[in-house]
Amino acid sequence: MNTTTHYPAAPAAQSIEAHTLSVIVDNEPGVLARVIGLFSGRGYNIDSLTVSETEHQKHLSRITIVTRGTPMVIEQIKNQLERLVPIHRVVDMTVAGRSIERELAMVKVAADAQKRPEVQKVADALGARMIDESAGGVIFEITGGSDKIEQFIGQMLPLGLIEVSRTGIVAIARGAEGM
Amino acid sequence: MTTTNKTGAGAPGREMTGAEMVIEALTDQGVQHIFGYPGGAVLPIYDAMFQHPLCKSDKLRHVLVRHEQGAVHAAEGYARSTGKVGCVLVTSGPGATNAVTGLTDALCDSIPIVVITGQVPTHLIGNDAFQECDTVGITRPCTKHNYLVKRIEDLSRVLHEAFHIASSGRPGPVVVDIPKDIQFAKGIYSKPEKQFQHQGYKPRLDGDPNKIKQAVEMMAQAKRPLFYTGGGVINSGPHASALLRELVKTTGFPITSTLMGLGAYQASDPQWLGMLGMHGTWEANWAMHDCDLMICVGARFDDRITGRLDAFAPGSKKIHIDIDPSSINKNVKVDVPIIGDCGRVLEDMLKLWRANKAQPDKHALADWWKQIGKWRARKSLSYKNSNSVIKPQYAIQRLFEATKGRDTYITTEVGQHQMWAAQFYGFEEPNRWMTSGGLGTMGYGLPASVGVQLAHPESLVIDIAGEASVLMTMQEISTAVQYRLPVKIFIINNQYMGMVRQWQELLHGGRYAESYTESLPDFVKLAEAYHAVGIRCEKPGDLDGAIKEMIDVKRPVIFDCVVDQKENCFPMIPSGRAHNEMILGDSGESVDDAITEEGKVMV
Repeated sequence: MNTTTHYPAAPAAQSIEAHTLSVIVDNEPGVLARVIGLFSGRGYNIDSLTVSETEHQKHLSRITIVTRGTPMVIEQIKNQLERLVPIHRVVDMTVAGRSIERELAMVKVAADAQKRPEVQKVADALGARMIDESAGGVIFEITGGSDKIEQFIGQMLPLGLIEVSRTGIVAIARGAEGM
Repeated sequence: MTTTNKTGAGAPGREMTGAEMVIEALTDQGVQHIFGYPGGAVLPIYDAMFQHPLCKSDKLRHVLVRHEQGAVHAAEGYARSTGKVGCVLVTSGPGATNAVTGLTDALCDSIPIVVITGQVPTHLIGNDAFQECDTVGITRPCTKHNYLVKRIEDLSRVLHEAFHIASSGRPGPVVVDIPKDIQFAKGIYSKPEKQFQHQGYKPRLDGDPNKIKQAVEMMAQAKRPLFYTGGGVINSGPHASALLRELVKTTGFPITSTLMGLGAYQASDPQWLGMLGMHGTWEANWAMHDCDLMICVGARFDDRITGRLDAFAPGSKKIHIDIDPSSINKNVKVDVPIIGDCGRVLEDMLKLWRANKAQPDKHALADWWKQIGKWRARKSLSYKNSNSVIKPQYAIQRLFEATKGRDTYITTEVGQHQMWAAQFYGFEEPNRWMTSGGLGTMGYGLPASVGVQLAHPESLVIDIAGEASVLMTMQEISTAVQYRLPVKIFIINNQYMGMVRQWQELLHGGRYAESYTESLPDFVKLAEAYHAVGIRCEKPGDLDGAIKEMIDVKRPVIFDCVVDQKENCFPMIPSGRAHNEMILGDSGESVDDAITEEGKVMV
């Protein structure tokens, strides 16, 4: 205990977990800034974030955030998000347990005609689809869990990986009920 | 511990606490004065200051203000009058939020300041701890850049970087938020690097030579040219003002300036047309409207300057020199943008003008000056003086006469008195005029004068104030008294928020809602309560003597100059009108006719 400060001491270290949160928000100006500001202002981490309008009639967007923290912090994040006025619902997909998470990546690889069969073989094994073929380079599209995408990128690296563009994780719960 | 940071100047640094690093970094950055107010989350820094040899030997002096807003304005005044970075130290929560007005003011007027804020320990951030606020979140839109330092390894680099960012490029305020545990933590301090290199931030200083060539050619061909200069010239340093004067002399062109640019060109010179804009002179605004070549140097085409945009200098080509690319084509489309530091670009222009043996179109220029002479003859600043009541314009004229030739610095608050000061006080040198231009912060002038006087202890520092503005930060007179800073608070007291009153007269049918102060303090007694000197003057005949008394006293003075309550500030470009549609104090046009319905909704 530091006696020169009037603040309470830091809590003992706890395990850090990654959680995926699905957030339904009004699609209005500034809503994303509010969500991001909450994370930066309160010192929470964002591993990935995706957002798009999902219900055009109602102007609702769905934000999927992958964040990291102790179970207490994760709960705080969920509670803090729920306090924001334009936020309708927050569901912790990781706690709910029955969710599917996917990510899409486009991967550009330098591959001349000679190397192309080898690249194609790896892509086929992981179910990546070639979506562009230009002189000297090809672009693959791959969808799946983050692990699978990491694996594909790892395998492309020695074969001439140029760049990667990833969507970040989107998630949805199994079963017949909506959010 | 990894110490391989970007600022490691080679030699391994010393180990010390974060709080000590703050003191070391400040002195390594050449800071001699820091304005601040202690509190729980900055106590380690205050403790380090108390014990540190650099502070004990007065190499770094802390100035205790009475409110954090005052600290920031004082730092602004300090920075503006010296060209150095102003420095502030405040605590977390309310300390930081009280600094926000000053930060925004510094951002609007491009004043280099570094504000260090304490923060709750890192493990409590986001927890709504006592005196916690999201300082970086709150100050993000009102700083040039801000940092939350969460690792001791980053602290010395961030502090040095903060000074670099505040002072380079387009200057501005930078906040460094330091949690209390980081202030206690020990780490290796690294000295600033001589040649600072930032990964992304690299302001462009040299103008494009092709654009400069084009500009110089246009200047040689111009028939009705005009220099329109601004605060950027002041920020670029005194050499930029010297170069500007040389270029103006060499070309023989007329020159006007924004509020922020006053002093870059000497007001006593015949080529000077006075300030332009909403309360600018007849000749400056007409010359802007009718010019065929506008050479804008370090100004930003602000709405107070341009008036109605679709009627702004309609027949002109425009050259715009600015260090901030986002200022280019923001309000007004220009023909030749030159991105770079005013000083460097002016130097290149001058060199090229001479190398080309360029000559202005002498014939056309003589006609242009003849026209300007006609506008000047309109004597747009004239007012009807009185023997019984002090006219505010007269008060400032007498103050100017009494301080002419002296080593004087002027600060102001915001409102009518500020415009009259800009119109009637002639500035001969840069860095002598400290005013809140962009944000228009009432309460700026008194604390700013404290900062100016601290930087220039032997000079005469006067805050030309309004009685409403000065009450917003009046407590800082206590700071002036504590540090024996003999600032002169020259209050143009008309008992109204004068500019509000003027607008209510012009736009709201003379319904003076809440603009009259019913129960002003007795400023003489107020001064005495603060252990300062109070002087009141009510008669024009007594003014010179009272001003002399004020100047002669070597203590802080509050001067209550009781003036005409109904005087308006003219010339004025009514909202929604163009430069050639000014109204004057003695014009026959009724004010109701002058302002359109459309204009009334504008500010």
